[in-house]
Amino acid sequence: MISQLTPGERQLALVLSICLAAVGGFLAIVGKDDIIAVHGLMVSAVAYLLVFIIGIEFFKPSPSPRRIEKYYDDPTKAGIVLALVWGIVGMGVGDWVAWLLVFPEATFDAGWASFGRLRPVHTTGVIFGFGGNALIATSLHVMQRTCRTRLPDQLSPWVVLVGYNVFCLLAVTGYMLGITASKEYAEPEWYADLFLTVIWVSYLILYLRTLRRREEPHIYVANWYFLSFIVVVAILHVINNLAIPVSLGHAKSYSLFSGVQDAMTQWWYGHNAVAFFLTTGFLGMLYYFLPVRAGRPIFSYRLSIISFWGITFLYMWVGSHHLHYTALPNWVQTLGMTFSIILVVPSWASAGNALLTLNGAWHKVRDDATLRFMMVAAVFYGLSTFEGSFMAIRPVNSLSHYTDWTVGHVHSGVLGWVAMITFGSIYTLVPWLWKKKAMYSNALVELHFWLALIGTLIYVFAMWNSGVIQGLMWRAYNENGALAYSFIESVEAMKPYYAARAVGGLFFLTGVMVCFYNVLKTIRMQDDATVVPERPPLLVAAPASAE
Amino acid sequence: MSEPERDPHTGRLTTGHDWNGIKELNSPVPKLVWFFLILTTVIAVVMWVLLPTWPTGRDYTKGILNTNQYKVLDASLEAGAKQRAPWTHTFETTGFDELQADPAAMLIVRENGRRMFEDNCAMCHGRDGQGGRGFPDLTDDQWLWGGSPEDIMETLRVGVNNKHDEARLSQMLAFGRDGILDTNQRRQVVSYVQSLSEHDDASHVAALKPADIEAGRDVFAMQCATCHGVDGKGLPTMGAPNLTDDFWLYGGRRSDIEETVYGGRQGVMPFWEDRLDEVDRKILTLYVLDMGERQK
Repeated sequence: MISQLTPGERQLALVLSICLAAVGGFLAIVGKDDIIAVHGLMVSAVAYLLVFIIGIEFFKPSPSPRRIEKYYDDPTKAGIVLALVWGIVGMGVGDWVAWLLVFPEATFDAGWASFGRLRPVHTTGVIFGFGGNALIATSLHVMQRTCRTRLPDQLSPWVVLVGYNVFCLLAVTGYMLGITASKEYAEPEWYADLFLTVIWVSYLILYLRTLRRREEPHIYVANWYFLSFIVVVAILHVINNLAIPVSLGHAKSYSLFSGVQDAMTQWWYGHNAVAFFLTTGFLGMLYYFLPVRAGRPIFSYRLSIISFWGITFLYMWVGSHHLHYTALPNWVQTLGMTFSIILVVPSWASAGNALLTLNGAWHKVRDDATLRFMMVAAVFYGLSTFEGSFMAIRPVNSLSHYTDWTVGHVHSGVLGWVAMITFGSIYTLVPWLWKKKAMYSNALVELHFWLALIGTLIYVFAMWNSGVIQGLMWRAYNENGALAYSFIESVEAMKPYYAARAVGGLFFLTGVMVCFYNVLKTIRMQDDATVVPERPPLLVAAPASAE
Repeated sequence: MSEPERDPHTGRLTTGHDWNGIKELNSPVPKLVWFFLILTTVIAVVMWVLLPTWPTGRDYTKGILNTNQYKVLDASLEAGAKQRAPWTHTFETTGFDELQADPAAMLIVRENGRRMFEDNCAMCHGRDGQGGRGFPDLTDDQWLWGGSPEDIMETLRVGVNNKHDEARLSQMLAFGRDGILDTNQRRQVVSYVQSLSEHDDASHVAALKPADIEAGRDVFAMQCATCHGVDGKGLPTMGAPNLTDDFWLYGGRRSDIEETVYGGRQGVMPFWEDRLDEVDRKILTLYVLDMGERQK
């Protein structure tokens, strides 16, 4: 992979790696009395590994000048494999903590194995590790194809991909060491946040440079979605993580916000992470891979435009629905609730646009598990966005809030929508990228589909049940006008559902393992010369070859 | 950009865009989408008129219903209190003895008391009230701070060794760690304490050295009797336990007693005055006493 870089890019890569090693070393020295030193050493170790990898191939001959006739797909390939590895780790830990709720004593009396530390390992592992890598990988692929241009250089995608994974590694190891900023989905501490900011801005610049080089006059809607994902996540990340560290040598930092402002900032971030990380990014994926796989035109160009602007505009308002019936002023709650209600329309318009695109291709949905993954994803996208808007209505929220219903809602979104669209995209993409006729085994894709669907259904039905039961038990009064149940009784009532949920999760996890096996086997298959990944052909005549 | 073409399946024209084979139909936005967009917007606007919604600088629009979550909460609390008034009045005005003799009142005690006990007390004392190491058993007859209904209710109100101004305070000194007693003296006083304890089999007492017991008696009189009493039977006013019975809050093995004498004990119980009102504390008091009775 290093031999694909030009000598200049190799030098720059070496310099960047040495800088990273120096930053890690600096943290290890100034933080020698704090846990941050562990992370400093870890960053240094990763950086030296990079130096080593670059060093091995540093003096290899320059890559062929004809490389510009092909799209640059190596980072996409690495991203797909990384996404699956993170998927298995993240979902594995997820199922582990699910069992922990059934058998709460299974923590070995060790801090790292407690629910509070492992749960963010799960959420970060799946959202940022699995989802993030899949988004970076597919976005690099989609923007090259739909802009009909090659990535502007070969180093920056690697900076983005490697840097992003270093961030994920810092995050999950930090949680187990007890390092956390205590903000849900934004738990990493200040130094990891700063590092991610640099990486994310590089991603944005890479994306914009590629767009500027495009050979297509119009920007395809998938790129609009990917771009909104990159831009808004940058804004969210920077604002929510504004904090003052105790010192350069301490992992701990204190948020710039306090009290209800802190809560509002956090849930403005939290809900828009759902919107712009888990929704618009994956809609970008859907808008490319679904029509390609189905071989059908998008149902309506206009619908995709109003959905895009509807989602982008409305989501920004709705974070306060996470804070109904709290110290947050009532008027902010009303705003969040009402915009949430309107939000269901563009969400359903997107899901509808996807499903109507399948008109004329339903026989393919029946026969092709890959396309079926994407169809089911669109259905769950519709279901969970309707559910989300419904739960944002204050009286509904008074029943659902703080219960497992929320957990069920989130997982109907992430298992049913986010993960399913990712699997569909991966199965579409992997044979192209590695020049194979098809996946190693279609039967295994089929098996994965059913494992994923059954797992998701068991999971969300278990959580809907337990959530509604919890909510009802908490508000039940006896004839004396006093609360009927103690909290521990509601916990006891959850046990069968928690066991069912863990079993559902196990189904889903098994599916991802099957997927990983299938992908690895596909990669090792004999190349098929008839597969041309350079589709559409790159226009290398005038501007690109001038480089 | 290619020319728009007709899609054979739907008969619609494409927009003429083409990205890697992806095309888009030029279908109009379905009327249903406009309908629901308008409908949800109208619903939102109606809510904005009715409810507090838009910030206006330092203030916000109150809404014509003139309601907010605090008013709703106050109203529902008031309604709840009104509903409970008939029996809370009984609890407010009736003495413990009378309540204990009233089956209707005790039914409320058992229902509401159980729920409150499980939510507030069970994490330390256990759901059955039998406690554990460091957490007193509430079903036996041993009470550190007295077992009358009035004593228990007072303990509930102020708690033990906490920040409440009137909290019950009981600090057993760390005789070893703070160097008040040397190793020998501690061995002796532990032997003496063990000799006090009534035990089904006296073999452990027989194993103690008489000289240690004798020397320990003097140490006890100097250091321990102030709180535990000259006879070692404890003083409920000090929260000092009876050492002559067979109940041990922190374990009755020799190593446990050594640990207690070495490091002292400062058990904490939160106060409930701010969290539970007087009627609730009364119900809990009766519930705790009733729990002990029922488990006998």
